[in-house]
Amino acid sequence: MSPEFVIASIVTIIGLTTPILLAGLGELITEKSGVLNLGVEGMMLMGAISGFVITALTFNPWLGVIGAAAGGALSSMLFAVLVLQLNSNQVATGLALSIFGTGLSSLIGVSFTGRIVPQFGSIFPDALAKDPILKLFFGYSPLVYFALAMVPLTAWFLKSTRAGLILRAVGENDHSAHSIGYSVTGVRYAAIAFGGAMAGIGGAYFSMVITPMWAEKMTAGRGWIALALVVFAGWRTGRLLAGAYFFGFLMWLELFAKANGFGNSLPFVQAIPSQFWAAMPYVMTVVALTLISSRGNVGASAPACLGKPFLPST
Amino acid sequence: MQTPPRLDLSGITKRFPGVLANDQVSFAVQPGEIHALLGENGAGKSTLVKMIYGIMQPDAGEIAWNGARITIANPKAARKLGIGMVFQHFSLFEAMTVLENIALGMDAKIPARDLEAKIVAVMQQYGLKLEPHRIVSTLSVGERQRIEIVRALLLNPNLLIMDEPTSVLTPQEVEQLFVVLRQLAKEGCSILYISHKLHEIKALCDTATILRGGKLVDTCDPAKETSRSMAEKMIGGSLKDIQRGEGRALGTAKLTVQNLSIPKDGPFGIALKDISFSVKAGEIFGIAGVAGNGQNALLLALSGETPSLKPDAIQIDGSKIAALTAKQRRLAGMASVPEERNGHAAVPDFSLSDNAILTARDRMGMVSGGMVNARSARTYAGEVIAAFSVKATGPGAMADSLSGGNLQKFIMGREIMQKPQVLVVSQPTWGVDAGAAAAIHQALVDLAATGSAIVVISQDLDELLSLCDTLAVINEGNLSKPMPVAGANIEEIGLLMGGVHGDPNAPTHISSEVAHAY
Repeated sequence: MSPEFVIASIVTIIGLTTPILLAGLGELITEKSGVLNLGVEGMMLMGAISGFVITALTFNPWLGVIGAAAGGALSSMLFAVLVLQLNSNQVATGLALSIFGTGLSSLIGVSFTGRIVPQFGSIFPDALAKDPILKLFFGYSPLVYFALAMVPLTAWFLKSTRAGLILRAVGENDHSAHSIGYSVTGVRYAAIAFGGAMAGIGGAYFSMVITPMWAEKMTAGRGWIALALVVFAGWRTGRLLAGAYFFGFLMWLELFAKANGFGNSLPFVQAIPSQFWAAMPYVMTVVALTLISSRGNVGASAPACLGKPFLPST
Repeated sequence: MQTPPRLDLSGITKRFPGVLANDQVSFAVQPGEIHALLGENGAGKSTLVKMIYGIMQPDAGEIAWNGARITIANPKAARKLGIGMVFQHFSLFEAMTVLENIALGMDAKIPARDLEAKIVAVMQQYGLKLEPHRIVSTLSVGERQRIEIVRALLLNPNLLIMDEPTSVLTPQEVEQLFVVLRQLAKEGCSILYISHKLHEIKALCDTATILRGGKLVDTCDPAKETSRSMAEKMIGGSLKDIQRGEGRALGTAKLTVQNLSIPKDGPFGIALKDISFSVKAGEIFGIAGVAGNGQNALLLALSGETPSLKPDAIQIDGSKIAALTAKQRRLAGMASVPEERNGHAAVPDFSLSDNAILTARDRMGMVSGGMVNARSARTYAGEVIAAFSVKATGPGAMADSLSGGNLQKFIMGREIMQKPQVLVVSQPTWGVDAGAAAAIHQALVDLAATGSAIVVISQDLDELLSLCDTLAVINEGNLSKPMPVAGANIEEIGLLMGGVHGDPNAPTHISSEVAHAY
C-alpha cells in the first residue's frame, strides 16, 4: 500500500462519512426529543435538490447550503404537522416522507438534470489544500469542517445547556415534562426541524460537493444508514462520530470492491462481493444493539418516549 | 391582633360535568400547622388541592393567603407565593440524574453548580440523603420522593402540599419523612397532608379536615379521635369489620414450599434463599417486609413466571408444581395477582372481558379448539363486575378507564371467582381506598373459608395483621420463621424487617410511636 493510496482512501472515507454524520446528528436530536423520523432519506434528497437549485439560480454555494437546510427543514415540517398535530403513526409517516421526498426531488430535478453548478472554493490557501500530504487536513469542502464542528456542539448542547436538558426531558418522559410546564409539541417541532435541516445539508453534500450535478435518488440510501448510525451509536454523540467513520470505512470497502480501482491492493476485500460490504452497516447495527441489550441496557440511552405520540391527559 | 391563617378557604365550589367535586368547602390552615385532608378516593381532595396549587380555578369561593384575598392563576404563581407540592405520582425523568431532575423543575435558571450547592445545603438541613449525580432509575421509591421534596423545599415554601406521600413508602421511610415534616412545621411552614392512612394522621397531624362526596364533613383534632371514628366519617357509615365464619378450622397443608432458591435476575435483583413455609387449607398466610427484599421474586416464583429447576420445591396437595409454567400452575389450581395492576395483572388498553380471557380462559372454559369464546368471556367479566361491585361501564370497558381501586377489585374478582385451590396476591390493596380495600379483604376471607390456601404479600403491616392467620417476614431474600398473628409482636416484626434497604444509617427498628399507631 502506497502512501498515495492511504491518503486517497482516507479522503474518500471522510467524504463518505460527512453526509451520514450530518444527517445522523440531526436525527439524534430529533430522536432525543422522542420522535422517530424515518424520513431521513427523503429529507436528504429534498435538501440535495434545494441546495442544487438555489446554487444554480444564485451561483452561490453558500446560499445553496442555506437553501438545502431550508428544503430539508420544510419537508420535515410536513412530517411534524402529521405526527405532532394529528398524532399519526411516526413510522408510517416517516416512511411516507422518504417516498414523498424521493419523488418530489426527482420531479423538481427534471429541468435541472445535466446542469453543473459552481462549487465551494477551499477555505484554506492552496498551499495547504492542494499539498499531497497536508490536504489530508486542509483539502476538504467547508461542509466537512461544519459536520465535524457540529459533533462537539451537539454533545455540548445535549449535556450542558438548559435547552438540551429540556429536549432530553421531553424525549424521556413527555407527560412529566408537560406537567412541569414545558411545551412538548413546541420542543418536538424544533427538534424535527433541526433534524430536517441537518439531513438537508447532508443531502446537499451529494449534489454540491461529491458531484456538482443533480441525479435522481443520488443519496443512494445513505439516509437509511444515518438512521442505523443513530441506533448503532446508542444515542450518544461521541459514539455517533466513531460510528460514522466506521460506517464510512465499510462504505469505502463496498466502493472498493465494486471498482477494482487500485489493482490488487486489498485482494481480501475484492474477493467478497460489494453487496456484502453494503450490508455491513446494518449487520453491525444489529450486532451493536444485541451487545447493548445483553449488557442490561447500561450502554444504551434510547429516549424512553421514542416513537410514542404525546396525548396530554386533561 | 391574631396572625391571620396561612391559607383560608371559604365556600370553595368546583363543578365538573355531572359532578359537584367540591361543594362549599371552607377551612383554614395556620402557620406551622400540619393539617390533614382526609377522604375516600373521589371525595374531592385532589380537586381541592389542584385549586390551591393553581392547576384549576374554583367556580365559586375565596382563597385568602396570609389574610389577603388572592387568585392563584397557575402553578408558577402558586410557587411564587411559596406553595410547594409533592405529587403522589412523581414527575421524574428516569434516565436523568437527580440534579438534572431538580433543575428541570425550577422556575429560575440557576447554574448547575450553584444549584448543586443549594441542594446539598437543603439536604443537610433536613437530613435528606441523596446523591445529586445518581441516575433516578437506580433509586428506590423513597429516594425518588426525596427528590420531589428537595425540589419543593428549594423554593422555601410557606405551605407544602403532600398528596398521599406514604402510599409507596416503607415504615422506616415514613418515619424519616415525618421527622422532616415535623422540622418544617417547627420552622413555620404549614403542611397540608393528604392521606387515608389514619394511624399516620394520628401520629403526625394537628388538625384533620374530612371530605366526603365533595362536602366538608368535619374538622377535628386527630389526637382526640380514633382511627375508627375518622374512618366512619370518611365513608359516612359504620366501617364493616371483616366477617369471619364461625368455628373455622384449618385443614391440612395445601401449599408447601420447601427449600425454594432462585438466583437473582439482573444486577438489582434479589435472590431467594432457601425459602420454606406451608399454608393449610383455609389459612391466610401473610408475608411482610420492606419493599425490594425479594417479594417480587417470590411472587414470580410462586406464580410460575420464574419456574424452578427443583420440581418438589413447590407442592399443591402433594403434587409437584415448581417446574411448571404459570399456565400449567393455573390448571393445577393456583392463581396469582402481581403487585403492578397496569401492565402486569391487566393489559391497560384491553377491555375487561379480554383481560378476563388472559388468566381465566382455561379454568373457565373460554377456549375450545384454539378459538376464544368471546361470549363466555363477556359473561364471566360481567359476573366479576357484578359480584365485586366494580364501577365500570361493562365488560367492554378498557382496563385503564377504571380507577385503581376498581381495577384492583376486578383483578381480584377475576382470580377469586375461578375458585383457585391456592391464591397468591401481592399488595392487594395498594393505592385502593378504604371501601374497596374492605371489599377485597372480605373476598379473601370468604375464599379462605371455602378451603383455599391464600398467600398475601404486603408492605402494609396493618393489613396483614387484620387479615392473616400466620405471618412471616421476608428480608434480603430470606423468610423468617412463620408466627401466628394472634400474639405477634410489632417490635419484633419491625426488627425482622431490618433496616431500610441500602441505607445503613436508617433506624433499624420502628419507633414506639409508629408501632403504637399500628
